Amino acid sequence: MNAKSIPLFDRTILRQAAIDSFRKLNPWLQLKNPVMLVTLIGSFLCFLQAFTSTEPLAYVLQIAIWLLVTVLFANFAEAIAEGRGKAQARALRATRKQMIAHRRGPNGIWETVDASSLAKGDTVIVKAGEMIPADGEVIEGAASVDESAITGESAPVIRETGGDRSAVTGGTSLLSDTLLIRITAGSGEGFLDHMINLVEGAKRQKTPNEIALTILLSALTFIFLIVVLTLAPMGEYSHASFSVATLIALLVCLIPTTIGGLLSAIGIAGMDRLLRRNVLAASGRAVEAAGDIDLLLLDKTGTITMGNRQAAEFIPSPPVSRERLAAAAQLASLADETPEGRSIVVLAKDQFNLRGRELATPHASFVPFTAQTRMSGVDLAEDHARLSRKIRKGAAESIRVWVESQGGAFPPATAKTVADISRQGGTPLVVAEGPEILGVIFLKDVVKGGIKERFSRLRSMGIRTVMITGDNPLTAAAIAAEAGVDDFLAQATPEMKLARIRLEQESGHLVAMTGDGTNDAPALAQADVGVAMNTGTQAAKEAGNMVDLDSNPTKLLEIVEIGKQMLITRGALTTFSIANDVAKYFAIIPAMLIVAFPAIAPLNIMRLGSPQSAILSAVIFNAIIIIGLIPLALKGVSYQPIGATALLRRNLLVYGIGGMLIPFAGIKVIDIAINALNFV
Amino acid sequence: MSDTSDWLQFALFLGVLTLLTKPLGLYLVRVLNPFGRTWLDRAIKPIERLTYRICGIKPETEQTCLAYTISVLAFSLVGMLLTYFILRYQNLLPLNPQGMPGLSPHLAFNTAASFTTNTNWQSYSGESTLSYFSQMVALTIHNFTSAAVGIGVAAALTRGITRKATRNIGNFWVDLVRVTYYVLLPICFVFAIVLVSQGVVQNFRPYATARTLDATIIDAPALDENGRPISDADGRPIMTKKVVDTQIIPQGPAASQIPIKLLGTNGGGFFGANAAHPYENPTPLSNFLQMLAILVIPSALTYYFGREIRNQRHGWALWTAMTLLFAAGVCTAWWAESSGNPIHQSLGVAVSDGNMEGKESRFGIFNSALFATVTTAASCGAVNAMHDSFTPVGGLVPLFNMQTGEVIYGGVGAGLYGILIFALLAVFIAGLMVGRTPEYLGKKISAFDIKMAVLVLMALSAPLLGFTAWACISAWGQAGLNNAGPHGFSEILYAYSSAIGNNGSAFAGLVANPSNGDPHYNVTLGIAMLAGRFLMIVPVLAIAGNFACKRQMPAGSGTFKTEGITFVLLLVGTILLVGALSYLPALAIGPIVEQFLMTNGKLF
Repeated sequence: MNAKSIPLFDRTILRQAAIDSFRKLNPWLQLKNPVMLVTLIGSFLCFLQAFTSTEPLAYVLQIAIWLLVTVLFANFAEAIAEGRGKAQARALRATRKQMIAHRRGPNGIWETVDASSLAKGDTVIVKAGEMIPADGEVIEGAASVDESAITGESAPVIRETGGDRSAVTGGTSLLSDTLLIRITAGSGEGFLDHMINLVEGAKRQKTPNEIALTILLSALTFIFLIVVLTLAPMGEYSHASFSVATLIALLVCLIPTTIGGLLSAIGIAGMDRLLRRNVLAASGRAVEAAGDIDLLLLDKTGTITMGNRQAAEFIPSPPVSRERLAAAAQLASLADETPEGRSIVVLAKDQFNLRGRELATPHASFVPFTAQTRMSGVDLAEDHARLSRKIRKGAAESIRVWVESQGGAFPPATAKTVADISRQGGTPLVVAEGPEILGVIFLKDVVKGGIKERFSRLRSMGIRTVMITGDNPLTAAAIAAEAGVDDFLAQATPEMKLARIRLEQESGHLVAMTGDGTNDAPALAQADVGVAMNTGTQAAKEAGNMVDLDSNPTKLLEIVEIGKQMLITRGALTTFSIANDVAKYFAIIPAMLIVAFPAIAPLNIMRLGSPQSAILSAVIFNAIIIIGLIPLALKGVSYQPIGATALLRRNLLVYGIGGMLIPFAGIKVIDIAINALNFV
Repeated sequence: MSDTSDWLQFALFLGVLTLLTKPLGLYLVRVLNPFGRTWLDRAIKPIERLTYRICGIKPETEQTCLAYTISVLAFSLVGMLLTYFILRYQNLLPLNPQGMPGLSPHLAFNTAASFTTNTNWQSYSGESTLSYFSQMVALTIHNFTSAAVGIGVAAALTRGITRKATRNIGNFWVDLVRVTYYVLLPICFVFAIVLVSQGVVQNFRPYATARTLDATIIDAPALDENGRPISDADGRPIMTKKVVDTQIIPQGPAASQIPIKLLGTNGGGFFGANAAHPYENPTPLSNFLQMLAILVIPSALTYYFGREIRNQRHGWALWTAMTLLFAAGVCTAWWAESSGNPIHQSLGVAVSDGNMEGKESRFGIFNSALFATVTTAASCGAVNAMHDSFTPVGGLVPLFNMQTGEVIYGGVGAGLYGILIFALLAVFIAGLMVGRTPEYLGKKISAFDIKMAVLVLMALSAPLLGFTAWACISAWGQAGLNNAGPHGFSEILYAYSSAIGNNGSAFAGLVANPSNGDPHYNVTLGIAMLAGRFLMIVPVLAIAGNFACKRQMPAGSGTFKTEGITFVLLLVGTILLVGALSYLPALAIGPIVEQFLMTNGKLF
């Protein structure tokens, strides 16, 4: 699963795709694609009357063969896209091969079963060194898990009962301890299996745009069928008789075979590209919706800022010296394993070269942070059991109460510092020793590098970003300005998040959000695109319609681009396909009429050799262009955030005007070759 | 074609049309709002109220798209039946000084379908077939109501596009009454007086007989005592010399009929010669005003649309696309007609005149080419020259105008909803290319909308091509032709294109109502007209209903812009491409081959 990229034309995939393209000739499978069905029937009719036609056998046979080849090429395109998807899937499946599970039996006895026989709701036990047999939720215990098989990230992660880190993924392995897991997805139901189904043709469902496009293509096919069917009597009126082979050739050249043949490959390739970026999508519809997003809700923590605040400055409360404050703060944080605590120790060391030398003293007893006291610190006994120093750090209000309870006072200068820090978007941590306030530690949210550029890129794609944070509005505004988001939602509760999404949707926006916690689940479900982090809870994963295995919230940018690329590729190839018809008319119409009306010769502007070579060239071009466009269909038309009008103008120029001109050259070249080789 | 006065006239025509677009558009905004105020309120409001009371119409109640559709269809059906029976039994009805007999069933069907669908195809010649009562009641009423229906449907679609999360798209009966009372009747009233001032007749006299200045001797078939032609042994009619020194000059209430013929893009002439007849179109000024009257409402509707959707630039973009296509058509036809015919040129006959065959010398090349383009760009069908006598390429322009689905200004209302279908398709295909689910004016285009839009395309092209193919290999089809070869084919193709496009003009060569009573043309053309009208209206109203329910997305930088030159060219390209792809093979067999043959010196 790890972003191992498969070359565009991998030999094994090509071989399998070649075989599959014949297998897919089955008319039942073609029913899904009316354009190709018509081509297949056309080929069949040509073969049928190859020997009875008034036209030369070689000509009719070649038309018939090339029509068949057209269908095969289209099948090949689909097969190759599927093949690449399946290759990704195989790599994933390999991880879950021959896994065993220890399941709690009906009478509470542990039994060893094959992982594939697990069902939703089963309870299994996993010990250190074993693999987690299926997606599930930890119901007992805490352990470190190696998820590198899924995420490619080698650092182990903690999975424990309750909270936001209770979800485990099948195929990952336990490094320590023991977990009791309730299976949430039976074999074949997991996100992974779902994704595998999406890239395999049989169960793939068409996305809304794909359905609309198929309707348009079918209607065009119908119209061209009428055009060609009525052309026969019209020709009869003009004493110009057209053979069935010629009429079928005209029909197939006119119907949009290029996009018809590549449509499903484009969709599969889109899913495949997503998979390669370690994102699992619940449906193609979700990927398509991602392209439409114009509003992005992002959690501040972990997305916009580094996960944790870091100490940035010591601000002593006069007359205390800065060094004394730093030393006390460091002492109080020595046992504090939180990232904030560690950053205080590091800052003190960096600024004053202080080292935690007294940590070794047996007299130090650390006071951990609790939700009640809202502070932590250390008690130091200098001489045998005589309490000499008590150092505490914590929220301003808690420290004030603590200091005042010992008869101390909270200096106004410190209160001002605290307010200033809050205004700047930081978190003030007040340090006190006994009744004396020493000063304030400025804990700062550190905005991730490069995030501002990402947001400005999103803006140029027409997407606004809204930062969600539990901070107060002052803090939120400061960070929002620094990170360059368009808007923020401060002191947000899960309910507010949900309400905001509803509000934006009411006013017509399409909203995407990322989330990991269980309390994010309603918002993830409400959002048009909800990307759950793989590290998140099972509830979050089920509520969203995508899971990011890397748990990287800015991944949405890439998801949006993939969605857009998929739509652009479809539109571009449709335009190209329809524009092609102009040149084909210029090749075929003069060829059909020249016998009855020699005066029409000037209309043969390509100066094609003979009527038959002209028609055959158009048919061959029509088939070859499908193969020629497979790389484009698989890679997708590139998307650049240059604004809709500029993008449209560029694509119209390339695929519209280009689509009109290219076949003139292509058909001419093929015609020269055909005449040189005396094919007709 | 280099004549300065012609260019000036063209510029003047486009200039006046442009200037009228905004004020009339603003007026339409008020009329199409059931409670909009106009400066005609004082005169008309009481009549409007009275009408509502008599008919039991509640102007404040709106209809869903289904109810609106049913109203349109029911109203049209009743009107069509009424006309059918009046025409069948006109001999029993008053105002028939010439004692015209009732029409045959198929001619009555064809005519009823024709006038109900705003086509006004005339398989008959007005002065020799219809009583004054039939003209005034059975036909004229449709001239008003079919135009009002078209505008109503366009307004309903507009409401569907602008509204959010509702199922209602207006009240058909209110639209019908208000458009007729506030737009069509007042303008026609003023216009009729202007036309009378130019010399258009308005009376109920029997036809006048005049003695001609010169007596002419013609070959005429000899008749037996029953009035039937006598044939010789080989079946050829026996011809006798006949001296003609008198002329019957038809009379009638023409001036009251003509304004709505043009304003409502109906096109059915009071006289068979239509706007080429000096009693219908006497002067250059009347000619200019009549052409203007054809395009003014369709043109103003684009402004109305822009105002309603609060995006005037999109309204003007639609207008610009129409105008580009129109100007290209005028120039092509003008060039083709003034280039004339190489055979004449090689003989040195009237070289500088261009192709004057079938044209009124008082209008000349330019005004004939302009009128032909105007009348086929909008689905009017009035003619001031015989399109049949145009050069092949000159005739291709009117033909192609009709085949594009009558969206170059188009019929009243029909032009707007027609071009919106094309806009929807253009936005869908090109909209994908900006990387979003295509949206039109902030509303996402769903599979249902596409289904309805392509239904319109299929409903237009299938009967057009199907009937043409059938006619051109059938005895009944070929019997109606005046000309052989590709030109004969063009006559058939033109007839069905005209019927499907609800245009009604004819390549004069085709005899659709033959004296042997063959019903095929009348019936197939009637079906084609009904298909071209209602297989378009029903999907359009379905789209209106579906759009009305949708959420509207605010525009952003990633939104497809439906204004500016890129969109205009995209729309023009889509219209041309859809038209060309559907009809190029047929056009190749008709006018295109004919043009090449003409340059080789072969005529038909």
